Amino acid sequence: MTKKRRTRGGPAAVGRYWPVFLLPTAAAFAIGFLWPFLQGIYLSFCRFTTTSNATFVGKENYTAAVSDPTFIHSFRLTALFAVVVLAAVNLIAFWVAYVLTQGIRGTGLFRTVFFMPNLIGGIVLGYIWSVLFDGILRVYHTSILLDGRFGFWGLVILQCWQQIGYMMIIYIAGLQSVPESMLEAARMDGASRWQTLVRVTIPNLMGAITICLFLTLTNSFKLFDQNLALTGGAPILFEAGADGTLRTIRSTEMLALNIYNTFYDQGSAARGVGQAKAVIFFLLVAVISLLQLRATRRGEVDQ
Amino acid sequence: MSQRARRSRRLLTGLFSVIAAGYVLPVAVVVINAFKKNSFVKTETFSLPDAESFAGFENFVKGMTFGNYPFVKSVLYSLTITLLSVGLILLCTSMAAWYMARVNNRFCRMLYYLFVFSMVVPFQMVMFTLSKTADRLGLNTPWTIPVVYLGFGAGLAVFLFSGFVKSIPRELEQAASIDGCGPIRTYFHVVMPLLRPTMISVGILEIMWIWNDYLLPYLVLDRNDYMTIPIHIQYLQGSYGAVDLGATMALILLSILPVVVFYLLCQKHIIKGVAAGAVKG
Repeated sequence: MTKKRRTRGGPAAVGRYWPVFLLPTAAAFAIGFLWPFLQGIYLSFCRFTTTSNATFVGKENYTAAVSDPTFIHSFRLTALFAVVVLAAVNLIAFWVAYVLTQGIRGTGLFRTVFFMPNLIGGIVLGYIWSVLFDGILRVYHTSILLDGRFGFWGLVILQCWQQIGYMMIIYIAGLQSVPESMLEAARMDGASRWQTLVRVTIPNLMGAITICLFLTLTNSFKLFDQNLALTGGAPILFEAGADGTLRTIRSTEMLALNIYNTFYDQGSAARGVGQAKAVIFFLLVAVISLLQLRATRRGEVDQ
Repeated sequence: MSQRARRSRRLLTGLFSVIAAGYVLPVAVVVINAFKKNSFVKTETFSLPDAESFAGFENFVKGMTFGNYPFVKSVLYSLTITLLSVGLILLCTSMAAWYMARVNNRFCRMLYYLFVFSMVVPFQMVMFTLSKTADRLGLNTPWTIPVVYLGFGAGLAVFLFSGFVKSIPRELEQAASIDGCGPIRTYFHVVMPLLRPTMISVGILEIMWIWNDYLLPYLVLDRNDYMTIPIHIQYLQGSYGAVDLGATMALILLSILPVVVFYLLCQKHIIKGVAAGAVKG
């Protein structure tokens, strides 16, 4: 009796309470993630219009996916977009964070303003910017929906506007954790501002830099709402295929939107291909995340 | 401070003021155009409403019933879904994270890795199968969709809670159990109060996600009956050309107003939450 009493709150006693503590989350996780994920992998090898009428077709969907010109186009577009946004957002966000940790006047206000776009959802942002861009482009008698380059750079501007504030917060947190004693020591040794930044501050910031680089990268790859609301893939290009058939390519359609359109816009016949594209997309994002994990681990060892 | 340093600081403040003004321009455009007549939004996007183009609150009145769906309903559904989902996520995942950290057997460790794994899976991977599963289980209403959010959003929440639970000294829990508390009372009276700061961080991240989420509710909810704010806005844009831009701007203003107020009130927590959630990747 005494022994039982003593272990009441111990691991063994807690263990029996799994229906209260673990079951709700685990059951919802099975419904909301595990089962759809596994079924999604299975269905990528099937032809289907709905989940109940699937017939196994092997790797056919994957062959169709990688030879789909719209998929390849959206992959190239997304990769280019990701690189441009990665460079722009991180350089600007770092610079902004650096300035805002020097104690200039208005720091609090600037931080508030720069972060604000993150609170507004992608769909609403996309809509606001489409009105804004069209207001400017109207002067030149054109629209963001009429030229793929406008759509691309419009999306880059939108994404910078939204992400800079977010990355700035992470960089500020990193900059504030650089030991004051190291900065002091550098100053004593007569290091210039630039030398201090490159030799002391940045090496101490590798953790924050890694996080921000990968965060901007995955955010760009997963971008959907802003893409849908700003241009929805417009304008549509027509080009003749090798076999003489006319193909349509949405010039500003990124990967996530391409997958969505394969599912819901090309009629239900292409759903197997859509699911195969989704698996490829998942693997891509997963590889980026694994690289991040390795980079973070290495950063920890270095310090 | 030298004269030069002081001057360069003032210069930076000036420069940042200009950038900040540019930053709020999109929001300013929404405010300006919400009070303009429809035909002037496209032609005079950047000018303030004048006697001719000023529409007063006409746009807001019109927007309320625009698109054959009352905007108030979308707002209420957005609120319902966000509050229920975030409450459910905070309660269930914090309990699960504590349980897994304390029991720590092979099953729990495996489950934990599955939760972490789910964080790297993009929504497009499961969007079709998830919406079908949710449909079959009746999770397609604003009152049941929180279960879907709990399932799909569990990964990040469990991950963040687990990180904190490990830092809670076990002595506290042991003291409670010696005083005769069972695991449930121990959790609610000892562990949960300690988790409060993490709860606020996780709550903020989840609110920002669910309130603005478009695709998940769009695919899962029964579209004829239920809309959320992002679905409503996208629905209006879908009928571009025929759409009343002035009224749409009024609705956008109404939908970002509460968000901005929420941000200004909880700014400190929001920024702390973002910094804490940054590790997710």
